[in-house]
Amino acid sequence: MGLTVNSTGKNIVSDFNNFVVKTQDEFLVSLAGNPNVGKSTVFNCLTGLNQHTGNWPGKTVVNAQGRFKYKGEKFLLVDVPGTYSMMSNSVEEQIARNFICFGNPDVTVVVADATCLERNLNLVLQILELTSSVVVCVNLMDEAKKKRIKIDMDSLSKSLGVPVVGVSARKKEGLNELMESVYKIACGEVETNPIKVNYDPIIEQSVKNIEEYVNADLHQNNTRWVCLKLLEGDLSIINDIKENMALNLDGNIQLKETLQKEKEWLKRNGMDEDSFRDIIVSNIVSHAENIAKKAVRYENSEYNTKDRIIDKIVMSKIFGIPIMIMLLGTIFWITIVGANYPSEILASGFSWLEEVFSRLLLSIKTPTWLHDMLALGMFRTLSWVVSVMLPPMAIFFPLFTLLEDLGYLPRVAFNLDYFFRKSCTHGKQSLTMCMGFGCNAAGVIGCRIIDSPRERLIAIITNNFVPCNGRFPILIAIATVFFFGMKGTVEGILPTIVVTGIVVLGVYMTFVISKLLSKTILKGVPSSFTLELPPYRKPQIGKIIVRSIFDRTLFVLGRAVVIAVPAGIILWIMANIHVSGLNLLSHCAAFLNPFAQIIGMDGYILMAFILGLPANEIVVPIILMSYMSAGNMLEYESLTQLGTILTSNGWTWLTALCVMIFTLMHFPCGTTLWTIQKETKDIRWTLVAFLLPTITGIVMCFAITSIARIFGLA
Amino acid sequence: MKDFTLIPLCQLPMGRKGRVIKISTKGKERRRLLDLGLVSNTNVVALQKSPSGDPTAYQIRGAVIALREEDAFNVLIEL
Repeated sequence: MGLTVNSTGKNIVSDFNNFVVKTQDEFLVSLAGNPNVGKSTVFNCLTGLNQHTGNWPGKTVVNAQGRFKYKGEKFLLVDVPGTYSMMSNSVEEQIARNFICFGNPDVTVVVADATCLERNLNLVLQILELTSSVVVCVNLMDEAKKKRIKIDMDSLSKSLGVPVVGVSARKKEGLNELMESVYKIACGEVETNPIKVNYDPIIEQSVKNIEEYVNADLHQNNTRWVCLKLLEGDLSIINDIKENMALNLDGNIQLKETLQKEKEWLKRNGMDEDSFRDIIVSNIVSHAENIAKKAVRYENSEYNTKDRIIDKIVMSKIFGIPIMIMLLGTIFWITIVGANYPSEILASGFSWLEEVFSRLLLSIKTPTWLHDMLALGMFRTLSWVVSVMLPPMAIFFPLFTLLEDLGYLPRVAFNLDYFFRKSCTHGKQSLTMCMGFGCNAAGVIGCRIIDSPRERLIAIITNNFVPCNGRFPILIAIATVFFFGMKGTVEGILPTIVVTGIVVLGVYMTFVISKLLSKTILKGVPSSFTLELPPYRKPQIGKIIVRSIFDRTLFVLGRAVVIAVPAGIILWIMANIHVSGLNLLSHCAAFLNPFAQIIGMDGYILMAFILGLPANEIVVPIILMSYMSAGNMLEYESLTQLGTILTSNGWTWLTALCVMIFTLMHFPCGTTLWTIQKETKDIRWTLVAFLLPTITGIVMCFAITSIARIFGLA
Repeated sequence: MKDFTLIPLCQLPMGRKGRVIKISTKGKERRRLLDLGLVSNTNVVALQKSPSGDPTAYQIRGAVIALREEDAFNVLIEL
């Protein structure tokens, strides 16, 4: 139901083509390349935009476009998905191929990895069959230099017949030369003469025989490619050709007949679809090998020994998984211990601001009720959100980005793949799960990298089982408050263990629920997958801090603030309108309370989760606000004070634990639900994604509460 | 002819090198393996297994690629 080829691949492709809006006076430049070769960095350098980058394959699924100017000409740069090939039919490849082929870019820049050139040349050669207006950008020259890999650009350029530019995008080296080459091709100042990969004489003869009929319809420079695809007979590519090119395949009788004849002839010569493709691929691969042999010199044949040694440790049988958990734990620990101090500084800052704000309101003679609503309702909610959330985010995100930049995430996928396979799901789900740690909505969109609709749905539905940006601060704040001051332990070690445990539980539940889905409503076997483990790269610390603060921290905080402001006002109103002696908040909470008690929480907490649907970030502030019987929130002072408020309202360690578990497992936030609906185009799957984590959370909290109560633990 | 000397890639001992002879699957799976550069005569080195024994990381044409056992089974190699 719902997720058919039609609702995924095709739509994304047409979305993509619609989304590029070029004006008359601009040149259109497409940016292609293998995954994980620094395409996003090149894109950012050229356009000055800030697309999030990371050292793991398959990051760019949702594409970016940006503009740059060079020598007075305007260029529109479109980032197409990274692919290893143009011949298979994954969604990314289809998007990339169709854009380069049918999107009529004036120039295509193919970004290649200098440390792994031979493999990248495969794609370069395939793109050269699609278009001749190509510039090859050999990126990561700085990494290659470190590994003492020498690349002869002239030889490469001569072999390929197109301009080749060496670039170190991260150091902003070589970008001018790159723009110069793009400019020259776009303006027609340079003519390219791309290498033609010659295939078996039998194939070449067939191409020649149908080429004239194809040429009659098409006036493009890639008729050779069209002929090859027609002969090969891959229906999905042929359909794309039919839809996008002026080739009249059904009406052109001569072409149809000749094609039929040639195909029979090929078959008589032992070339069915599979062996035809074998010949094509083998030829391209061996060409790439020869070109690389001529142009690349490894001065140190052991250039990747260091990576292999690190791999041996972080992916070893004994240490692999413990190291993974330890790394995660260390990040939490630093966050928990470090977040306390800035939190208090922020608190005093806000207290001062509130006074200023309040005096300002009074000076313009604001009525008391409005003053209270704005200053004590809106502003205080806001200051709670910022003071509780900002410090952990500002520490956690740079640390997480650091791991991403290093290239550690694919290793996580490698370590965990066995469990995903056991759950009958796709190996790439571990990558989309990692994306979920950032933002579940992003994780859901990221599931586009999974081709099989069944496995994609599972990945989408279970993405919410790992805590996102908005939920980490809740976990960290509550864990810190309730488990920080334990005697006889290293500072912050217990909350670290608790938060790490919650995250591990989330990952574990991802496997359990995935397996459950694969055995029931989404039956099937896992499809094959391949995972590249890219070379480790030295992270750029400065850039990481800037990027993670601007791209993630401020983004999440901004979202929280936008929702906290109206929520603060509504809450204040609910807390100050009294019906038969009680305010509205208490009425709602009293209604929810009996059920909430069963699962170890109280009515206010459950209500906060429901009101927090637009953004989980405001759950804690709502709980606090609700507890203030006077109808106003207390001013935020410190985390200790947060603890005092909670315990005085009946919180025990059990309440804290249940709230944390429910934070991990309840309905996805509004944005994520909306994204799931958009991606699956079926309300039933959205409903499943809503109910599954909620029911799991309720069941688990109920079980823990019952056990704790039976044994008299709380 | 001398098929008996061929073993599936998943049986290549860690640290050893093998040479691809043929791919014994069809259609989509075959394409995916070919896209990795696993054409005839390509050298492959088995690097290491994941903590749970599967998948395995292989060195293929300068890149490190992880393959699940059932996929590596379809690549026939010669030691």
